[in-house]
Amino acid sequence: MNCKKVILELSSYLDGALDSSMRTDLEEHLGRCTDCRIVVDTCRKTIQIFCNSEPVPLPEDVRSRLHSALLERFRRKTKTT
Amino acid sequence: MVPCQMKATGLHSRPPGAHWRLSATDPKPLTSTIVRDDEAALVSLAKGGDTHAFEELVNRYERKIFRLGMNITQNREDAEDVMQDAFLKSYQNLDRFQGDSRFYTWLVRIAVNEALMKLRKRRPNQVSLDEPVPGTDGEDSVFREIEDWGPSPEKKFAQTELNEILNSVIGELDPIFRVAFLLRDVEGLSTEETAQILGISVAAVKSRLLRARLKLRQKLNKYFRRSETQ
Repeated sequence: MNCKKVILELSSYLDGALDSSMRTDLEEHLGRCTDCRIVVDTCRKTIQIFCNSEPVPLPEDVRSRLHSALLERFRRKTKTT
Repeated sequence: MVPCQMKATGLHSRPPGAHWRLSATDPKPLTSTIVRDDEAALVSLAKGGDTHAFEELVNRYERKIFRLGMNITQNREDAEDVMQDAFLKSYQNLDRFQGDSRFYTWLVRIAVNEALMKLRKRRPNQVSLDEPVPGTDGEDSVFREIEDWGPSPEKKFAQTELNEILNSVIGELDPIFRVAFLLRDVEGLSTEETAQILGISVAAVKSRLLRARLKLRQKLNKYFRRSETQ
């Protein structure tokens, strides 16, 4: 496997979606190619950092408006049924 | 940190409270769930007119839908509209929900459509969901900047600063890549669900996801590389 192929298969590798033979080839390449190893590692960290980031808090006024709108919709539906 | 509720494959799998494994060579699938098992029961009750059941669904997903709206539109007012419209439309059309997918996936699809409409209104000439022509700024440029980030690069920044960096880099992504990344890697939907929501093939999702991940990696490199001094 060459570097270009590693990049093409990067997502599948990170998602655990490669078959075992392809995965073995890729990991053999990672064992001898520092550049690819860094790309795989930093790409993995990129996803992790986004994944672990603090979620946007839902502001109370925004939540309150949503629930008011829903209540209004519930009332309207009740009236029509 | 709030764990990302990911589908159970490879990188996206970890038990609650566990730390990510950073090894580049050990992506082992574990199991996790994105929705509680009672979602279908709540939907069924809501369909029968139980407003409390629908409210429970709203309480469960409102933060996630708001975050998705914020991440796609990059604008608080738009995100609020997206969230409100998504819940109101889902309530209005609940009878049409056949249960072919999870309620959450259906809700996300509505929210994504609302968010993309907002983007198109704001930037009518810049937002296209057509498949991009393969360029030279994706896979081909990966090896331009190769630097190690160290074990916990995000710890170089305070939480607020880190959030600003993440918002900034994701906002720079083309919406076509941004949405694929958000659905798959942040919302934790499967590739198939993402394809279903976006109305594209699984192969197209994979292609967009790869380019999104590579672009984000490249954009974050200037903040996280070891040689970067604060």
